[in-house]
Amino acid sequence: MDLANLVPVPVLLPLLAAGVTLILARHPAWQRIVSGTTLAIVAVLALILTIGADAQGPIVLWVGAWPDGLGIVLVADRLSSLMVLVSSIVTAIVVIFPSRRDIADGADGAPVSVFHPTFLVLTAGVANAFLAGDLFNMFVSFEMLLFSSYVLIMLGATKERVRAGSTYVVVSVVSSTLFLLALSIVYGATGTVSFAQLPERLAALDPDLQLLIQLLLLVVFGIKAAVFPLQAWLPDSYPTAPASVTAVFAGLLTKVGVFAIVRVQTLLFPDSPLTDLLLVVAILTMVLGILGALAQGEIKRLLSFTLVSHIGYMLMGIALGTQAGLSGAIFYIVHHILVQTTLFIVVGLIERVGGSTSLSRLGGLASIPLLAALYLLPALNLGGIPPLSGFLGKVTLFDAALETPTPLAIAAVVAGVVTSLLTLIAVIRVWQRAFWQDRGEDDERVHSLRVLPRIWVVAASALVGITVALTALAGPLTSFADRAAVDIHRGAYQQAVEEAIP
Amino acid sequence: MTPTLILAIAGAVLIAAGVYLLLERSLMRILAGVMLAGNGVNLLFLVSAGPAGLAPIVGEPEDQIADPLPQAMVLTAIVISLATSAFLLAMSYRSFQLEGHDEVADDVEDAIVRRRAQADLSSEAYSEQVPEARPDTESGGRSDEPGTAREGRAR
Repeated sequence: MDLANLVPVPVLLPLLAAGVTLILARHPAWQRIVSGTTLAIVAVLALILTIGADAQGPIVLWVGAWPDGLGIVLVADRLSSLMVLVSSIVTAIVVIFPSRRDIADGADGAPVSVFHPTFLVLTAGVANAFLAGDLFNMFVSFEMLLFSSYVLIMLGATKERVRAGSTYVVVSVVSSTLFLLALSIVYGATGTVSFAQLPERLAALDPDLQLLIQLLLLVVFGIKAAVFPLQAWLPDSYPTAPASVTAVFAGLLTKVGVFAIVRVQTLLFPDSPLTDLLLVVAILTMVLGILGALAQGEIKRLLSFTLVSHIGYMLMGIALGTQAGLSGAIFYIVHHILVQTTLFIVVGLIERVGGSTSLSRLGGLASIPLLAALYLLPALNLGGIPPLSGFLGKVTLFDAALETPTPLAIAAVVAGVVTSLLTLIAVIRVWQRAFWQDRGEDDERVHSLRVLPRIWVVAASALVGITVALTALAGPLTSFADRAAVDIHRGAYQQAVEEAIP
Repeated sequence: MTPTLILAIAGAVLIAAGVYLLLERSLMRILAGVMLAGNGVNLLFLVSAGPAGLAPIVGEPEDQIADPLPQAMVLTAIVISLATSAFLLAMSYRSFQLEGHDEVADDVEDAIVRRRAQADLSSEAYSEQVPEARPDTESGGRSDEPGTAREGRAR
């Protein structure tokens, strides 16, 4: 069978399964089995695609095989297939988590049966965003994942969630409108929206118009990726959602934005890296994000701020515009998707065991060694303690930055080191307060893992295991990221798309 | 390509009015703003489609037909904005149901952090534990503090 026919499956299969889970609305256990299996199958297919794309270059499918390059094209090059792989691994594990109590948040009659269908549409949207071969298809997949995320972030529609969700929805709608505006300008100026044709036609445009289009797209994707100064919506809206939802949003949705920035910077505008501007933005994102985290007294909000701050690292790699920088950014994206999701899932466990996520109320959790280990490993990983993957990712990025020793690049390295130390302070503060401080005398609760379904602990341990295994996999992954970066810089993408025209 | 000036101006006016409404706190006004701005952008798509022409059907002379692609895109955008409007309507109704108005309140946690900063206290993560026994919610159990949301809005 031709490998190209596998490309649309990560999009189609979850959509199909969404329909099946809707039919099974009255059987929550079956819903969970269907979505778990579907996402596991997608993960296996994504692995095949990744290996295929690594062996034979970008895999291209012109959907419907219309003549002369009409119609929609899906492309799985090394970068996008890797992203699909990581995202499907994460979603396949996280989909096990949601329980009725977590989703409904105490609201009676909350429609918990919509969780699985919506979650599957979300994963289809994420996969489509990675595989899309043109800007408009990317816009459509953004809408797919955004609409599911609107529903997921407001599940149960309690007061707090509606308030937080309102901010999220309005900001996302504004960014979609801007995206549409950018699309109309791109089409009006070049007459195409295809990633393969755009670079050539964009380069022929007036430089000012090129810059306008580039900045407009960067703003649109910057809102999605929560890059300073467009990040204010994120710590406000993520923490109130159910733990499993926050975990996937934190891990995946911002990275879709970062991925889109990579496409804009490398594919559409390879000759205009805007290094200075993006480096300044990256430094501000890192430093201001982590300073925000230090001021928080609630774990989920604290983690949301570290999420914003660490987007700065990826942006730094992209900003450099070099192969080494890009490869470092790709490695960091993979690391960060896994670590951030794991941390939010573990915080979900902490919330169930300790009854709260507020630092002034938690304490004594260290009496459960397994939970302590599950928190400490990814937390140290995020802070960048060797030999974990966070350390390796940061070193790769700093290495890349020092290859081009401009004052700004060195400033970015300094900011990166400072941010990494401050991250460590923030997560260790949680460690100290939630796990080691004495509980109030009136608190008679005995902490125990028994309040958790066993499958939660298993799944969380699996995620933590993967983040630790990244250290061992760092060698192959780095060389894969290198090859992906080389691929992008040599224009293999356009060539493959044109060769595949039926 | 000769774009129509009137369409461009109309689109710009719609977007400007939409942006003005989006800056409001009331969800219904935001909804109106989203719809206006969305329609404005749709008009700009017609501008980018170039001069008007015959209906793009096979058999018509190829140099006289209008560009069909922007129309397909606008159709998709219209469908999406219909869904957005429906969702925003439901959301503002739910907000009205819960709170008696549809204005988006300030974040409680934010207000706490800000108040501590103004009172020159160290942040909550560093202060001593205050034993409390309040029912817990997703916000860490502090969303039930009276007046914080309203107070935040007044600033």
